[in-house]
Amino acid sequence: MSNRCSNEETRVDSRTIYVGHRSSSTNEAFIPPKFCDNRIVSSKYTVWNFLPKNLFEQFRRIANFYFLIIFLVQVIVDTPTSPVTSGLPLFFVITVTAIKQGYEDWLRHKADNEVNKYPVTVLEQGRRIRKESEKIKVGDVVEVEEDVTFPCDLILLQSSRDDDTCFVTTASLDGESNHKTHYTVPDTEKDLETLNATIECEQPQPDLYKFVGRMHIYKNDQEPAVRSLGPENLLLKGATLKNTQRICGVAIYTGMETKMALNYQGKSQKRSAVEKSINAFLLVYLCILVSKALVCTTLKYVWQGKPGQDEPWYNEKTQREKDTNLYLKMFTDFLSFMVLFNFIIPVSMYVTVEMQKFLGSFFITWDKDFFDPEIKEGALVNTSDLNEELGQVEYVFTDKTGTLTQNNMEFIECCIDGFQYKYRDASSDLDGFCVTDGPLNKVQEKAGREELFLRALCLCHTVQVKESSEQGQGQRDQVDGFGLDGEVLPPLREQRGFIASSPDEVALVKGAMRFGFTFLGLESKNMKILTRNNDIEMYELLHVLNFDPVRRRMSVIVRSKSGDTLLFCKGADSSIFPRVRQEEVERIRMHVERNATTDDYLLVVTLGAMCFAVQEEDYAQADAGLMEARLALQDREQKLMAVYNQVETGMSLIGATAVEDRLQEEAAETMEALQGAGIKVWVLTGDKMETAKSTCYACRLFQRNTELLELTVRTLEDGGRRREERLHELLLEYHKKAVQDAPTWSSANQDYGFIIDGATLSMVLNSSSESNSSRYKNLFLQICQNCTSVLCCRMAPLQKAQIVKMVKNSKGSPITLSIGDGANDVSMILEAHVGIGIKGKEGRQAVRNSDYAIPKLKHLKKLLLAHGHLYYVRIAHLVQYFFYKNLCFILPQFLYQFFCGYSQQPLYDAAYLTMYNICFTSMPILAYSLLEQHICIEVLLDNAALYRDIAKNGMLRWRPFLYWTLLGVFHGLLFFFGVRFLFSNPALQDNGQVFGNWSYGTIVFTVLVFTVTLKLALDTRHWTWINHFVIWGSLLFYVFFSFFWGGIIWPFLKQQRLYFVFANMLSSVSAWLVIILLILLSLLPEILLVVFHKPRGPRQVELRHIHTFPLYFTHSFSPRFIYLFHFLTVLPLFSLWFWSSLMEPIFNIFIRGI
Amino acid sequence: MGKEGGCGQNKTMVKQEQELANRPDNTAFTQQRLPAWQPMLSAGIVIPGFVIIGLAFIGIGVALFITSKNIQVMEMDYTGFEPDSDCFKCSNPEEKNCVCQLDFNISSRFEGPVFFYYGLSNYFQNYRRYGVSKDDAQLSGDLDNFKSPSDTCSPYDTDGIKPIVPCGSIANSMFNDTFLLYREVNGTNELVPLDGKGIAWWTDYNVKYRNPNVTPLKEAFEGTVKPLFWPRPAYELDTSDPNNNGFINQDFLVWMRRAALPDFRKLYRRIAQGDYARGLPAGNYSLKIAYNYPVLSFQGRKKVVFSNVSWMGGRNDFLGIAYLVIGSMCVFMSIVMLIVYAKFKFPEED
Repeated sequence: MSNRCSNEETRVDSRTIYVGHRSSSTNEAFIPPKFCDNRIVSSKYTVWNFLPKNLFEQFRRIANFYFLIIFLVQVIVDTPTSPVTSGLPLFFVITVTAIKQGYEDWLRHKADNEVNKYPVTVLEQGRRIRKESEKIKVGDVVEVEEDVTFPCDLILLQSSRDDDTCFVTTASLDGESNHKTHYTVPDTEKDLETLNATIECEQPQPDLYKFVGRMHIYKNDQEPAVRSLGPENLLLKGATLKNTQRICGVAIYTGMETKMALNYQGKSQKRSAVEKSINAFLLVYLCILVSKALVCTTLKYVWQGKPGQDEPWYNEKTQREKDTNLYLKMFTDFLSFMVLFNFIIPVSMYVTVEMQKFLGSFFITWDKDFFDPEIKEGALVNTSDLNEELGQVEYVFTDKTGTLTQNNMEFIECCIDGFQYKYRDASSDLDGFCVTDGPLNKVQEKAGREELFLRALCLCHTVQVKESSEQGQGQRDQVDGFGLDGEVLPPLREQRGFIASSPDEVALVKGAMRFGFTFLGLESKNMKILTRNNDIEMYELLHVLNFDPVRRRMSVIVRSKSGDTLLFCKGADSSIFPRVRQEEVERIRMHVERNATTDDYLLVVTLGAMCFAVQEEDYAQADAGLMEARLALQDREQKLMAVYNQVETGMSLIGATAVEDRLQEEAAETMEALQGAGIKVWVLTGDKMETAKSTCYACRLFQRNTELLELTVRTLEDGGRRREERLHELLLEYHKKAVQDAPTWSSANQDYGFIIDGATLSMVLNSSSESNSSRYKNLFLQICQNCTSVLCCRMAPLQKAQIVKMVKNSKGSPITLSIGDGANDVSMILEAHVGIGIKGKEGRQAVRNSDYAIPKLKHLKKLLLAHGHLYYVRIAHLVQYFFYKNLCFILPQFLYQFFCGYSQQPLYDAAYLTMYNICFTSMPILAYSLLEQHICIEVLLDNAALYRDIAKNGMLRWRPFLYWTLLGVFHGLLFFFGVRFLFSNPALQDNGQVFGNWSYGTIVFTVLVFTVTLKLALDTRHWTWINHFVIWGSLLFYVFFSFFWGGIIWPFLKQQRLYFVFANMLSSVSAWLVIILLILLSLLPEILLVVFHKPRGPRQVELRHIHTFPLYFTHSFSPRFIYLFHFLTVLPLFSLWFWSSLMEPIFNIFIRGI
Repeated sequence: MGKEGGCGQNKTMVKQEQELANRPDNTAFTQQRLPAWQPMLSAGIVIPGFVIIGLAFIGIGVALFITSKNIQVMEMDYTGFEPDSDCFKCSNPEEKNCVCQLDFNISSRFEGPVFFYYGLSNYFQNYRRYGVSKDDAQLSGDLDNFKSPSDTCSPYDTDGIKPIVPCGSIANSMFNDTFLLYREVNGTNELVPLDGKGIAWWTDYNVKYRNPNVTPLKEAFEGTVKPLFWPRPAYELDTSDPNNNGFINQDFLVWMRRAALPDFRKLYRRIAQGDYARGLPAGNYSLKIAYNYPVLSFQGRKKVVFSNVSWMGGRNDFLGIAYLVIGSMCVFMSIVMLIVYAKFKFPEED
């Protein structure tokens, strides 16, 4: 025996644990296997490796690396600017990031310590020893008390509860706050000291809901007993013990190998479209930078080739310069120019963008409109990288159940043996088959069937009864009370709480209760039912064949008191009908389909599909099969599945239920708004077509005049030909209808809705021949893109992701958004550009995997139309502005090279070069990018069409980029040449003294800072006090800083270049006048454009109370206008020469005349 | 037991607090509802605005233009490039201590105070390596830097053995032509007094540049040599006035403030003394030039400029014309806007 164990231990995919470190055999030397300790390390750094590791990680980012290279070039090569100018901003950025990451890591250390030092009780040789949590070893028997979190993954050995169960909440793991029942390993001894057992289980894996293992229990001289272990025996680290005084368990996974730790890894990063635009722009600017440097280097050597220019007598070269190789000199010159112009790529943009995203995302979590009083939670932002993507969504893929509908199930009617029963006698619409109406009648021959049906309702589920504190006789009496009445008293019903993994299970149990059959709970494997006649019946629960989305059904096997073994199975009609005797099906099918197509705007009747079937079992065989499958270590899932399928056959159909699900609040309004915003909404659901279709009608995704194009198994079978041919035919027909015949100028004429089901979709995607497949896919996509809404029903989770992927990769790569609430939506949430989780009732998996989580569907409207729109406009403007302001910052410096012999003389002082992006111009744009509301939120919400204005990355396409770049060039030229003309006579003071080069640079810089800031002020449509403070504050700061910087002889500076330059500049009237002139001249075209660019046309008329759009928001504005205005303003500058020569004589005459 | 109960109470309190904490703050800031001013640049504001700005600019432009036109300027090239000029003989770099003369006539009174500039063209004082070639510590009188000048001064930091003071290219290339202005009065030449004070920035003269605290100044320069190009050491720049000697010699200070562009002028003297305070009367003048500064080797030009200044500084037509153009543009645009407005009607003014 022990040999076999050790053999298995060597297998890599399982591990053997000795409970309490007791060896199974005495004759063999016991070597405890090596496992990791129970220390949780979520922190990335230690005190010692923080600096190198953090620096390494930061410099792996391409931008930081670029600036590091520039810095190193400055240190090594003789460059125009001191290394400080690029070193300081880089240092600033690196330090801020390091501090932030260090702080986060410190928090993680603190949290780790809290967990690792937490005292736990370990049973060792019969004694209870207090230990720190981190000292737990695999195999230790750990005792945990109520409301305490499990310190590691434990196998439950002993519980203080009588029925060998314990309750656990996994709220901190997956957010599901219901109590889950876990079971002790059957037949373990009560005395843990003498327990001699080994556990074999799989190596740790991250899936929280999967676990396989087995336990060998060695009793004296007996053949070891083997027990299977499943997830129901495993207590996960991070979960909390509830309703149970104390449990003991053996540690099997510790520390970083616990399922919680394995799940800790972050998700893969999604990148937003804006980020891609930034990188493209960056590339353009890099090209500009390199070409500027190349131009300057070339011109420098051309210019030096002229006699006398290379080395005039007043500027002799040093010996070293004379000795340097010409080509090396050229190269270092090139590098020097690069360094001089490197500010064109703003190091601070990355910081600002990240800060904007991080701070901006708070507005989502802060929004009280997203707060749901029911679940007492607001929106959740899991990643702030995608804020702006919310403003770019073109396709919304939504789940149906729990997303469009509330997933708040209510049992409304059932159908037993073809007879319809309704709970309330409210409906006037009576069914032809309906012999009975209202509460169950007393027709005797039917009573047996009815009761069997109700028993099935009561037994076939995994619902737990919530134990309230005053449990006991009193409550049972109350239950009796309404059992007698046969009528439900709502307050009493609510006292009995049911907890289940899915709400329809509860609905069914509650439904049965209304008809008099009450589920009282599970007591030591016996299910207790209170019948209509007030008898308590006991059924021994033999097996539960759990629900899974593939089988779409679940079963229980019970043994009644009379000894009969019964299998009850419930599931979707499609999964039940093939497994029951066919003659029974037809009668019920009609009801089911009628229910599903109920066209009701308020209620959606779904789950007409819950069918119940019963089978008298050949139990022995099934039991053996199930036990064997459960014990399997390998491929347990598949084996179980096979056995399940085998067992669930040959059943007879008892009846069907209808459970109603309400639409989410404002679901229709939300969908309408999304469609109004030009977003295409696709419903992807696993549900059946009829139900999904009625939901679509209820949500107004399909209108009454919408022409439905159906591509389902049913339509494929209509033609009576081969499916493949029919598919081809239909696709072509629909394509003709929706794509070719559709008038291109307006899609509003005829709405098309497209319906496809899972089976057909897989035919389309995986057609037999390769060429057909891609052709079908194209046709399918084109049809879908021309339909206002698309419904995909009967989808497997993976198919949902497939569809998202297909649309995502289609032409134009549209931005997709997936929204869902359940585990089956996770794949599409992860696949889409933006994944949104709804904090619904089906657990928290969707929320955990989403990028944003909102409590309700209706919040999607504000999230996209208001937040998304604003974030997009803000960040787009931020990016464009950053490039613009750095272009007009560096362009004068570039132009100055033509006037200083290409000697890399900086125009601005080093302090200005350094501070420009950090201090003088950073805060206004940050405030803008956090607070701007170019259109106020209410208007955005009321006019969904505004969302279209920014569609397709409208503000970051090449045209607006070109506009901003030209603006930067225009401003740069203006700044430089304006001052250049002024300096044609440098005697600018009334005392005749002259200004030097630093005065020149300071005047240009002053104009630059003011223009760039005021340009932003012009663009600001929403002036809060913060904007005022920051904009005027920055300008004031610049003035004060300049005074201060020039007012003191700084001992640490080698050259006092700016000493009193600024003050002297301000003492010159001409300098003032030129500054005012240039600022105004730069901004005039902007002002004119804003004035001329008024919303016009019919659509804008209705919006005219809103606002004016700055030019680059829309494409409607003719670019000719822009160039005309710029031409008109550049014109005077270039014509000044003509004017001066032309006007001089005229003015001279005029003056002499005076 | 009691303790446990207390814990339970604490827990419920914590829970309630959590619920409260979960609820977002309802403040104007968090809800993005800060009161905000939403400026509207509508035609109704912009058209009058443009008219006002335009008129103001035209007003300033006229003032500037008239002021600029009233400033008298006289520029004379004395490089000696043309063979017929008197300075041609001096343009040969072999010629030492050459003096040439420039005669000119002033037809009407040159209003005072008259400023006397020298100008150089194609001279790159803004060359980067040239610009850093000085030692500010040395120039602020730090004796340590006399002995070991900063290496930025290279190749003018030492003559091989002794340190050069003041070191560097800028100081070395100091402009050293000197001028004497004579006015012809009744056939005899009368020397026009030139004032060399107040031609440099006050802060340069009083704060930034300092002589070492050694008297006599000469001793401070012990063990150093004068810049190679200089005819005499720094402590002999103006032996007549100790306050204009050494590093605080105003000609030196003017030279040390680098020009922004390759064609520049620098202030040489003011003519503000005696009879000439009111200006230069009409008549014949002659300028005696001690021609020392070679410029032809790099195709440079030298000139002298006489100019008076106004509140806006020296003569500069650019500003006035620019203001006039922009001003008239504004008015023009407002007229265009008015026409567009009348024709199409801006929607929000309905």
